[in-house]
Amino acid sequence: MTVEYPFEAEPEDAELKTVGTPVVRIDGLDKISGAAQFVDDIDFGPGLLHAAIVESPYAYAKIISIDTSKAEAAKGVVRVATGKDFPYKFGMYMEDRYIFAQDYVRFVGEQVAGVVARSHREAVQAAKLIEVEYEVLTPLLDPRGAVAEGADLIHPDLDNYTHVPWFFPKADTNIAHWRKIRKGDTEKAFAEADYVLEDTYFVPRYAHCAIEPHVTVSKFDYSDRLTVWTASQSPHTQRHLFAEALAPLGLTHKDVRVITPYVGGGFGGKAGVSMEIMGAALATLVKGRPVKLRWTREQEFYNTYQRQGVVAELKVGVMNDGEITAVEHKLYWDAGAYVEYGANVVNAAGLSATGPYRVPNITNDSLCIYTNLPPGGPYRGFGYSEFHFGLESHMDRIAMAIGMDAVEFRRKNAIVEGDELAYGASMNPSGMLEAIDKTAAAINWGVEEESDNPNTVIGKGMALFWKAPAMPPNSSSASFLKFNEDGSINITVSGMELGQGYLTVMAQIAGEVLSVPVGKIRVETPDTDRNPYEWQTVASHVTWSSGLAVEKAAIEARGKIFDVIHQVYGYEDDSLYLEDEAVKCRTDASFSKPLREFVIDGIQTEDGTWRGGPIVASGKFMPEFTNANSDPETGQGGHPNVHYTVGATGVVLEIDKETGRIWVRKAALAVDAGRAINPDLVNGQITGGLVQGLATVLYEDMRFDEGGKMLNPTFTDYKIPTAFDIPDEIIPIIVEVPQPDGPFGARGVGEHTMIGAAPVIANAVYNALGVRIKSMPITQEKVAMAIIEKSEECAE
Amino acid sequence: MNLKIKVNGEDWVLDVAPADTLLDVLRERIGTKSPKIGCERGDCGSCTIFMDGRTVRSCLILAVEADDHEITTVEGISYDGISELQTLFLEKNSFQCGFCTPGIVLSATELLEHNPNPTRHDVQEALAGNLCRCTGYEPIIDAVLAAGEGGSE
Repeated sequence: MTVEYPFEAEPEDAELKTVGTPVVRIDGLDKISGAAQFVDDIDFGPGLLHAAIVESPYAYAKIISIDTSKAEAAKGVVRVATGKDFPYKFGMYMEDRYIFAQDYVRFVGEQVAGVVARSHREAVQAAKLIEVEYEVLTPLLDPRGAVAEGADLIHPDLDNYTHVPWFFPKADTNIAHWRKIRKGDTEKAFAEADYVLEDTYFVPRYAHCAIEPHVTVSKFDYSDRLTVWTASQSPHTQRHLFAEALAPLGLTHKDVRVITPYVGGGFGGKAGVSMEIMGAALATLVKGRPVKLRWTREQEFYNTYQRQGVVAELKVGVMNDGEITAVEHKLYWDAGAYVEYGANVVNAAGLSATGPYRVPNITNDSLCIYTNLPPGGPYRGFGYSEFHFGLESHMDRIAMAIGMDAVEFRRKNAIVEGDELAYGASMNPSGMLEAIDKTAAAINWGVEEESDNPNTVIGKGMALFWKAPAMPPNSSSASFLKFNEDGSINITVSGMELGQGYLTVMAQIAGEVLSVPVGKIRVETPDTDRNPYEWQTVASHVTWSSGLAVEKAAIEARGKIFDVIHQVYGYEDDSLYLEDEAVKCRTDASFSKPLREFVIDGIQTEDGTWRGGPIVASGKFMPEFTNANSDPETGQGGHPNVHYTVGATGVVLEIDKETGRIWVRKAALAVDAGRAINPDLVNGQITGGLVQGLATVLYEDMRFDEGGKMLNPTFTDYKIPTAFDIPDEIIPIIVEVPQPDGPFGARGVGEHTMIGAAPVIANAVYNALGVRIKSMPITQEKVAMAIIEKSEECAE
Repeated sequence: MNLKIKVNGEDWVLDVAPADTLLDVLRERIGTKSPKIGCERGDCGSCTIFMDGRTVRSCLILAVEADDHEITTVEGISYDGISELQTLFLEKNSFQCGFCTPGIVLSATELLEHNPNPTRHDVQEALAGNLCRCTGYEPIIDAVLAAGEGGSE
């Protein structure tokens, strides 16, 4: 089955002036001068109130009573609220969460009450005066334990929860969603395979660690309007969820306005709705006063979405010639106390858990399991970073077992255009083989290197990756475009500038179509009252999806421009073109009409009247070829993913044979961007994503005690990389096999760049030392212990 | 308590509470917003400012400790146009979300004032107290090294 792309993009052979060039970012001056305004930088005047939240100290407990009287009497306190004030559920894909806890708390940190006071200090002090009596229950912290026979039910009402149609919760269990793929006959294929490898891999939880903490300011004014200024990746989705959750208060979509200025990093952590709902709800109790709720760094760690942990049971069968014949991948996700967003991570991983390989026989089971840990959710890589650790470790081991070069093995099995995907649809054009070859060449794959230092050894590793945007089949983007008197352009969209350079890329796309330099285009950050719809800035889809909406708006504007010229001068539309901010004509080389002369005021005709008027346009995009209607038992029949972006990662590392210390000497990463609208920005994603991925395998390690409390919620104890903790050399490689329906052929790359980082280290460590580490992170301590274990085994 | 302070060349006299941090006073009383609140315990460096020409973390300093001192933030060094280093940040994409950027610009500026031709290791050391989650640091190091070699091409 091939996909038909309904939208005709610009011709690929067109000579491009702006797209494909490394123009300077349009948000650059704002950011390097200190002018860039983030939510917490906006002034709200003397009426501003501050909120503090009372959180559960227990991972699982029944709330017996809450006494707020002392807090209510405390100095500066304006209002106290508990779950009784807001008995409303909310959720992105599954409504399993309350704004404030009702009868039970299900993770350490769950919100029990909120205090609104005149100062932040007074709010925090008063929150300490709220007395909550709990009946403590035994928490379930291990996902495989939570699905064992007789386990307590964390959500006994699961069967009654509202959820999207492509989720399949199992009543009377802790399984909130079970994504199954059944293709071919794995049992038969394993029986016939020449070699089968089966093992289990462990991936813990991780934190996003955007440097800007979550912060939201909400105001419910005397006209019953709710305005929320928020550090979010998802302004329209937030508006929708606020309007839905607070509908009992009479709020409708038009009454809710979400304004999102620059965001200080997202990585998935600011997608959907998390703490923002509390700020919005509390504001409705103190009419006319803006209420600020800002997370501390500690709350940022334990009380926003965390990347889910996973236990991956993997079985792969191959023939002696290296052909992969069967994959069975069972993923037990530690999804946490609420899975309203995280269940879709589980779903996405289940659909694609074969990795970027052609596999005829597949059994995937991806289980979203409730535990009493903080809610899991989206994190750059969206499930793929997690399952690629085991999968790409496994591929190396299989290649070695059948005596094949690990790169050759991957090349042989790499999925290419037209191959059938796990759910039956067809693979999009991809530059996977080029990515493999260029990455391998960049690290001199196949050439053994010796260290000059007798205490260290050199190892090399390779890992492939793929990922599709995980979105509802009808998630869409829209854009408005208007010209100004001087021929400059304002564009409004609702994708978020998270740092990736989205605003610049949108300007490049419009500028290319309209022949206007990027320096004359302003792309504005969202305000849901005036910017058109965007689903969310997640899934690495906005370059593609929002880019298409902007391209369509620019094409519409161009058509209107040509119409004016046709009306006044009589040239046929198809003889006209735009160049250097002017309309020109193929049949009359002498004709040139600068845009600035007419895009607002129009053109005066011979009789003194005017034609034209302000040029404004809009564009929208929805991927009309997708659907999520698959068979729940087999996963066959739908077309849930729009396309995959693929690539390869390679490293050369040096390891101290005694201490286990690892230095990444060289890292190369090739990603197929379809077309790099701005190569510098793609390189920025490669470098940043690779370092973030390397951090998950080398440094970061989220620890919980036996009561489910996170033990290291600070940058002192949860180490993210500093300027010292990066590879000596990073080689970014851009592959460009166009996406047929992409704007100028582009597809997203943002998340993908961290997906291969963990297994590539595992593989290089094995290459260097002959020890296989099957749990993340691969810390110095773990490597040192493995070296000792291996030498003891050898001694025996 | 009385606080007399010069911020980006402007004199201020304010009444502050003993527990107010310099970061709070700069942001909430003086309106200087480029120093950011990232961790409030000196780990992340996004509140970095110059106090008498040396970088400090304004979240770890009580406002009253800054009495009679002179503060410069990135707004101050951008007032008469951006510096050569800032220009290089633009050219080399040495920022993404921009939240840590004011602090990083100040740490790098301080390095170049004391060591006009830093090595890669020098730059890494000077920036090691400023966390950036977006860039992977490489483009920041590039810009600082380029500034050290005589600036923008």
